[in-house]
Amino acid sequence: MIGEIGHYALILALMLALVQGTLPLVGAARGIGPWIAVARPAAVGQFVFITLAFTMLMAGYIVSDFSIENVALNSHTAKPILYKISGVWGNHEGSLVLWVLILAIFGAAVALFGANLPPTLRARVLAVQGLVGVGFLLFTIGTSNPFARLDPAPAQGQGLNPLLQDPGLAFHPPFLYLGYVGFSMAFAFAIAALIEGRVDPAWARWVRPWTLAAWCSLTIGVALGSWWAYYELGWGGWWFWDPVENASFMPWLAGTALLHSATVVEKRDALKSWTILLAILTFSLSLLGTFLVRSGVLTSVHAFATDPERGVFILAFLIVVIGGSLVLYAWRAPSLKGGGLFAPISREGGLILNNLLLTTACATVLLGTLYPLFLDVLSGGEAKVSVGPPYFNGTFVPIMLPLVLAAAIGPLLPWKRADLLGTLGRLQFVFGAVLICGLVAWYIAEDGPVLAFFGLALAAWLFVGSLFEVSERIKLGRVALGESWRRARGQPRATYGMTVAHIGLACTIFGVVASTSWESEKLQVMRPGETMTIAGYTLRFEGMRDLRGPNYDAVRGTFEVTRDGAPIATLFPEVRTFTDPPMQTTEAAIRPTLTADLYAAVGDPDGTGGWATRIYHKPFVHWIWFGAVIMTFGGLISLTDRRLRIGVPTRRRRARPVLKPAAA
Amino acid sequence: MVLRYLLPLGVFAAVAVALGVSLTMDPRIIPSALKGKTVPEFALAAVQGRHLGLSSDNLRESAVTVVNVFASWCGPCRIEHPLIMKLRDSGITVHGINYKDRPENAAEWLDTFGDPYLRTGADLDGRVSIDWGVYGVPETYVIDGHGLIIEKHVGPLMPDDINEKILPAIARAKR
Repeated sequence: MIGEIGHYALILALMLALVQGTLPLVGAARGIGPWIAVARPAAVGQFVFITLAFTMLMAGYIVSDFSIENVALNSHTAKPILYKISGVWGNHEGSLVLWVLILAIFGAAVALFGANLPPTLRARVLAVQGLVGVGFLLFTIGTSNPFARLDPAPAQGQGLNPLLQDPGLAFHPPFLYLGYVGFSMAFAFAIAALIEGRVDPAWARWVRPWTLAAWCSLTIGVALGSWWAYYELGWGGWWFWDPVENASFMPWLAGTALLHSATVVEKRDALKSWTILLAILTFSLSLLGTFLVRSGVLTSVHAFATDPERGVFILAFLIVVIGGSLVLYAWRAPSLKGGGLFAPISREGGLILNNLLLTTACATVLLGTLYPLFLDVLSGGEAKVSVGPPYFNGTFVPIMLPLVLAAAIGPLLPWKRADLLGTLGRLQFVFGAVLICGLVAWYIAEDGPVLAFFGLALAAWLFVGSLFEVSERIKLGRVALGESWRRARGQPRATYGMTVAHIGLACTIFGVVASTSWESEKLQVMRPGETMTIAGYTLRFEGMRDLRGPNYDAVRGTFEVTRDGAPIATLFPEVRTFTDPPMQTTEAAIRPTLTADLYAAVGDPDGTGGWATRIYHKPFVHWIWFGAVIMTFGGLISLTDRRLRIGVPTRRRRARPVLKPAAA
Repeated sequence: MVLRYLLPLGVFAAVAVALGVSLTMDPRIIPSALKGKTVPEFALAAVQGRHLGLSSDNLRESAVTVVNVFASWCGPCRIEHPLIMKLRDSGITVHGINYKDRPENAAEWLDTFGDPYLRTGADLDGRVSIDWGVYGVPETYVIDGHGLIIEKHVGPLMPDDINEKILPAIARAKR
């Protein structure tokens, strides 16, 4: 029964999505009140049925119902409960259900908490959400039914890919999807605005919280993926410019640009059609990522089991959604009139520079990701290339440099017109601080590539510059301390959010520069009793022993770490061998500290008692992910800004009479 | 003026066409740089326990041959092995290049599972395979009677590969 209820609920959700995607659009165009009003109950209903379907699928996984093909292919009774649950989205079909669930959650959130939106705008936003939902539900039900039955049911399932059996990866997809799908809100608002033919500061204020929430989730999702790659793949790397990593990074870059340009629409009523285009592009890149991952056109470690039929469907969907919205854009955007005028050197100018650099960076990543595919197509399958880190590091990094330089200056510029030289003059304190930071780094590191010191200086520039901007804002030192404190409390939370996010970026840059420039690596065959030394630490190999996990066998090595003879830690790297499905995974042992990670991974035995052992010393590598967490925190602070909450009291007043008839 | 607003659509259309074409292609197919060229010069001693070694001259003796690169440590080789045996049984000359293997392991492998090869070459250090442009074992080449590489297959042969790729290539080579 579980499967049938779930399947039926999905079909009902599709029907409701069809209603949600059509009637309100027509209703809003012709002014038919009841048709406009149907958007909200339809969105809530769609949410209820998809939740039911998702719950049923999860129930199938938890009780190990192997008569459901999807469960049989991806689960196993011996799996720990956490991975039975995360197995739901560890495969193509289940992840689609999670995708539509999140889409429905966002839809229901607009329906329930969007009472302060004008009714026609809300109806149109929900309709666009509904249409996106129709596409994904059709895709799920038509080509990837998660509830398909197996008869006879196998006695045991085939198990989940062991690489995915990891706490980091259990939560990586949900955050990623929250981000991807969250951008569908910005997209829906953009399409609705194009249909309405009106984009104003109020519109930007409504879009902003959704974009911020999506951006925060995506930041966490991308960071989790990178952190997982770092400790699970056993290569010590944290970013590989793999097509699927890029697929999650491109929407992040575009979404970051969108966050910044939406500010200009909100504060200055300018950059409207560009912001609309960015909203469309951000979501389009999320969809493109889905296509690349699931159609098999690019080879990647992440690729799901692929199927050309699915590829054709997603491509058709891409053409309808992206092509359709770009046609609408080409048709309606010329009529959007920009408001505020501004000089090139101004806050607006700074934000445009930010947008130019971020979208260029995004375009270079897109080009690098799709280039092998283009070349393959143009040459008729004769020319195969893979584009790797040298390209991305060579193009992406130089674009980031001016971006970071400008990120410290931009917030200091006033709107409309600014005096760049004067502003730079005010920054002399920051210049001094950066110089000191550089000298201190040089003193500590003693040696290293010149570019690395430049990178550190850049991180310091952004860090100190962001703090300096706050002190300027509250006139620290220029007025009485009490007055500064009063000003500090009076600042909107969004500006603190920006400061925190920029500081987070500075931390990430610091981590990236320090860990890549000063890391040391050693590879050695170790026999019990032997030692190896790295960055002043001595690792003594005590031996390997067998270990039994819940659904795997492992050999675990013991390494005693000492520094100048004093014991520091014991590291236990493992190699796990899973039987369902048969696969080996490396569990690196990492001793993380604020200043450096000591990282050990064991590989294959050499057959005569020795084990290939890889150790790394990576200074400040954890700052990469700390930085991402700080950025997310900045986004969350910004989300609590008062102006994003305004309208809440009116909602409470208005919500009651609306809810009553619905409940009756 | 309005053209400016059509630009994103144009870019997307180009991307969509490329994506559409790419759906019909398999990114895993790797073209051989050597396809259509003559085999590199080489001479290898036979695998332990066998007598006929393999050299480039053997591939120019006016008969179509199949050269299979294998190793005892390679799992996919075992999968395709029965098909190589069948290929030999159907009257096609198959030679084997044993890639980076221990001589005794290679001999044991051939003794246990059957030896489909007329000639074998033990490429102990993998040098010759580098000249052949071997990406990974197993790989299979179809060579015409003049030492020209007609076809190349990377990865284990499946029944479809034999019927759709190897046999047609042999037919072409005979013409």
